[in-house]
Amino acid sequence: MAVVLDASRMARALARIAHEILERNSGIDEVALVGIRTRGVPLARRIAKTLHEVSGHETPCGALDITLYRDDVSGMSSASGPQPVVHKTEVDFSIDGKLILLVDDVLYTGRTIRAAFDALIDFGRPRAIQLVVLIDRGHRELPIKADYVGKNIPTATTQQVQVHLTEIDGRDEVEVLP
Amino acid sequence: MKKDLLGIADLTPEDIYRVLETADAMREIGQRPIKKVPTLRGKTVVNLFYEPSTRTRTSFEIAEKRLSADTLNVAVAASSVLKGETLVDTAMNIEAMAPDMIVLRHASSGACHLLSRICKSRIINAGDGMHEHPTQALLDAFTIREHKKDIAGLKIAIVGDLLHSRVLRSNALLLTKLGADLWVCGPPTLLPPGIECLGVHVTTSVEEAVQDADVIMMLRIQQERMQGAFFPSLREYFNVFGMTRERVSLAKPDVIIMHPGPMNRGVEIASDVADGPYSVILEQVANGVAVRMAVLYLLAGGVEDETAA
Repeated sequence: MAVVLDASRMARALARIAHEILERNSGIDEVALVGIRTRGVPLARRIAKTLHEVSGHETPCGALDITLYRDDVSGMSSASGPQPVVHKTEVDFSIDGKLILLVDDVLYTGRTIRAAFDALIDFGRPRAIQLVVLIDRGHRELPIKADYVGKNIPTATTQQVQVHLTEIDGRDEVEVLP
Repeated sequence: MKKDLLGIADLTPEDIYRVLETADAMREIGQRPIKKVPTLRGKTVVNLFYEPSTRTRTSFEIAEKRLSADTLNVAVAASSVLKGETLVDTAMNIEAMAPDMIVLRHASSGACHLLSRICKSRIINAGDGMHEHPTQALLDAFTIREHKKDIAGLKIAIVGDLLHSRVLRSNALLLTKLGADLWVCGPPTLLPPGIECLGVHVTTSVEEAVQDADVIMMLRIQQERMQGAFFPSLREYFNVFGMTRERVSLAKPDVIIMHPGPMNRGVEIASDVADGPYSVILEQVANGVAVRMAVLYLLAGGVEDETAA
């Protein structure tokens, strides 16, 4: 069990991402953050907090549950297992014309992000979507690339990347399990 | 969840909470500009209704469409049923066209269990005779939880035609599983024999039933199922059992009044109660869509090992 990101390095990575967002988008007026449940949501809130501290601007922050958009639900065969738990989606602002920063903890196959695009588009027509991830572990199955990455971690497909966040797990830490 | 939703009797409290929590997440979809998610894309759902229905059929159809299923409604009045085809034959013919789910309403108790044994499609009971109407009980529980948080310990009074009511049976099973203090009340002629076996208090005094109640649920007088004289007149029924403002005032100040519909105004419920501030009757209808979306979604997964259940 190897810790690849501890609490202080995670905080620095998120602060750097917030600054990159400000730098790349020259202003923050029409920007909104949308975290993908579960761990993308607290990450999006932390980035929103830093953006507020640096720019003085309140960035709207939503939560997206992509379960109903997954490409592996509703199998209806004995092999497919019970349906995954659906959580609430809370995007209580208009995304029309906004730059949406989609936030997730780990970027892996890219299928979650694909589902998140479909879910977001059902809420309106954003001006653009950019992708923020804490960890990019490689092994993409779809042509998707992150715009802001906390840390690149080369992994084998047999390994597991586990992100722990204080809001959910009581501590900030990323570890790779064999 | 099992393959089919035949009744509340088959559900554990965990199954019930899973449906209610999923419904809570589903509700937001109905408030979006685009009220649709792709979850059941390519799945075919047949709504097979052998009895008249406005609310339940519309509610199922909206729920199916919001999940992107392909739906079709078999209107029995315009089908081969009139030419004498049996339920089993009709079901086998529909089954031959490989639907994924069949939502069945039928006048005979056990019709859904019969189809469950012979069909590969998932069967959802939308009301079978005087037996069960599970999605109604689930949406009632969802509505109660919205107002009262926890069902355990609530005094809930169900008043009306208990004998003919599948809504009563499903609700009695569900609410007692979740720990409610359930009172049922109706004229002695409309009390089903053995009803106390469901773990409910039985009374013929509506005042006793509603005293300090947190929830009052009214049931429709089902004249279409009555072949005898169960009470002298509708007017007398209203005088003795009808829900009036005076009777509601015996309940807790924050009582909610429910009715599964369709209402007989002036028979089981006074109009000023049905439209009054405690009434959540239209909320029940709104919640029905989210609860049915949850049921459709959960049944579309893999089947749990039947031998383990």
